[in-house]
Amino acid sequence: MIQLAGVSRTYVVGGSPVHALKGVDLAIGAGEYVSIMGPSGSGKSTLLHLLGCLDRPNAGSYRFGEAETTTMTEAERCRLRRHQIGFVFQFFHLVPRLTAVGNVELPMIFAGMPPGERTERAWQALEGVGLGARAGHRPDQLSGGEQQRVAIARAVAMRPSLLLADEPTGNLDRTSGSEIVGLMERMNQSGLTLIVVTHDPQVGGRARRRVRLSDGLIVADERHGAGGPSSAASAATV
Amino acid sequence: MRLGDVLRFAGGALRGHRLRTCFSLLGVAIGVASVILLTSLGEGAREYITGEFTSLGSNLLIVVPGKTETAGFAPLVSTAPHDLTEADAEALGRRIAAIRRVAPLVVGTAAARAGERSREVTVVGTTRPLLEIRKLKLASGRFLPADMPEAAVCVLGARVQRELFPGENPLGQVVRIGDWRFRVIGVIAPRGTSIGMDLDEVVEIPVATGLRLFNRTSLFRILAEVGSHEDLASARAAVLEVLRERHGGQDDVTVLTQDSVLAAFDRILMALTAALAGIAAISLGVAGLGIMNLMLVSVTERTREIGLMKAIGATPAQVVGVFLIEAAMVSTAGGVAGLLAGVGAGQLLQQIYVELPFRPPGWAGPAALGVSCAVGLLFGILPARNAARLDPVVALARRKA
Repeated sequence: MIQLAGVSRTYVVGGSPVHALKGVDLAIGAGEYVSIMGPSGSGKSTLLHLLGCLDRPNAGSYRFGEAETTTMTEAERCRLRRHQIGFVFQFFHLVPRLTAVGNVELPMIFAGMPPGERTERAWQALEGVGLGARAGHRPDQLSGGEQQRVAIARAVAMRPSLLLADEPTGNLDRTSGSEIVGLMERMNQSGLTLIVVTHDPQVGGRARRRVRLSDGLIVADERHGAGGPSSAASAATV
Repeated sequence: MRLGDVLRFAGGALRGHRLRTCFSLLGVAIGVASVILLTSLGEGAREYITGEFTSLGSNLLIVVPGKTETAGFAPLVSTAPHDLTEADAEALGRRIAAIRRVAPLVVGTAAARAGERSREVTVVGTTRPLLEIRKLKLASGRFLPADMPEAAVCVLGARVQRELFPGENPLGQVVRIGDWRFRVIGVIAPRGTSIGMDLDEVVEIPVATGLRLFNRTSLFRILAEVGSHEDLASARAAVLEVLRERHGGQDDVTVLTQDSVLAAFDRILMALTAALAGIAAISLGVAGLGIMNLMLVSVTERTREIGLMKAIGATPAQVVGVFLIEAAMVSTAGGVAGLLAGVGAGQLLQQIYVELPFRPPGWAGPAALGVSCAVGLLFGILPARNAARLDPVVALARRKA
């Protein structure tokens, strides 16, 4: 589903170039569960932004499905994000003045979905993350874990094929973090491709495929059986 | 994206910072209100003056000595005008059937004294028909006699009477005007300002007496009332014809109609209204800058939200749309408030100045809404484009605020 070939991304910071990614090749199939790990500055956030079409590589090719994304216009990449990609962020990024249901409706509003259908889907998505009872609450009336669940409901409301999570547990305590990852894993089991960027080895270790970045290059790409050994180990420590 | 959704989304964002929104809205409201109020004032003045002219009678010809050249070179031979005389006035009334009444006028200012009291007055030497031509009403006594053009009698304007004879009956008393003594035979009812002169401050005397008082040989002008409006053009030609004949074949008078004078005033006052509207429009421009500032702050504050909008699939055009609609909502709401305030203030002023009609011109309402909405869209462009150009990666990287 995803094919990166020779992807490089260079920023100019204070006049000197910074090579965040130096020719990355990566192929991810539909339905995979991939974690991307590495120390800060290794380029994992840059990779996630490129995968989410929020950013464009300076060189290389990125094919999403059959489409080459590097030659798309801004509006085309917007539509790709809208229909194919869901985002979950470390800081939730909920709109504070909207209720939980209003936040979940937001991507469907930009897609121009009729209000009746949209509201029904938003409720379904909130019930899917176990927040049906709190749909009318605003973000400041919800706990961190609940806010992240709303964000996940929003990310999957448009029924995308890819879910990208950027440090989804970075702002949560371990219990609710674990619940959030479990929630996304259940969505992965029903067919959604899941890519999680994290520096937390316990979160990253739960993925079946673990990609390790260092200094802008992929240094390890391991595949493990379902629910791999780290998962069992972390369950033991908790 | 549906319009209803955009409006609801933008409205929610505006409610998030009510005070700031209200101040920007107030700016537009003040701008629109001042445009409405000043154009009402201009329109009111125009209507007032038009009304005054109409009350003079639209069938009036005004004969002025001297030829007004409106085009071409100044004549090489002297065209020193002949005097415009009482005999001319009398001939016009006698020889032109369409003319119903004629009143010669000689006008000057002089000091009027009665006992210890004294004031400057406008003295009008004229004849009896002026009463009907200018539609004057008498408060007491009678107007100038028809058959004694040289009598030393006078008719006082209401204010002149009040100031020279406070609390007294002036009829039969003596007023000194210049070096002459006049007996008061009537008082004109108060009427207020009319075009050309304040009739309350005028003293009327017989025309021949007036010429002698001011030591003149020529009349100031002749007013001729035509029976019906259709005859105005032919009567005007006839007046020119009669006076050319009487003045040795020279065209040395100018005949004005009310229509031409009215049209000139109308043009001047329309220009005045436009100038007032222009001045008021400056405040609308300032209000637009207020909106721009509001939106720029809003874009900066909502950087994370804009990043999120882009991440979940809002196109740059949609981001621009959301912020433009937001700006237009503030300015249009301000426009509505300003329209109501302007019309309200106009009605309040109407209660105070009953004489002047404060009526906003018909286009004021739609124009206020259209212009205020346009102000929002225009001054919203820059902030909206700033929002659309935000890099989502950078915008999302911002933590709080």
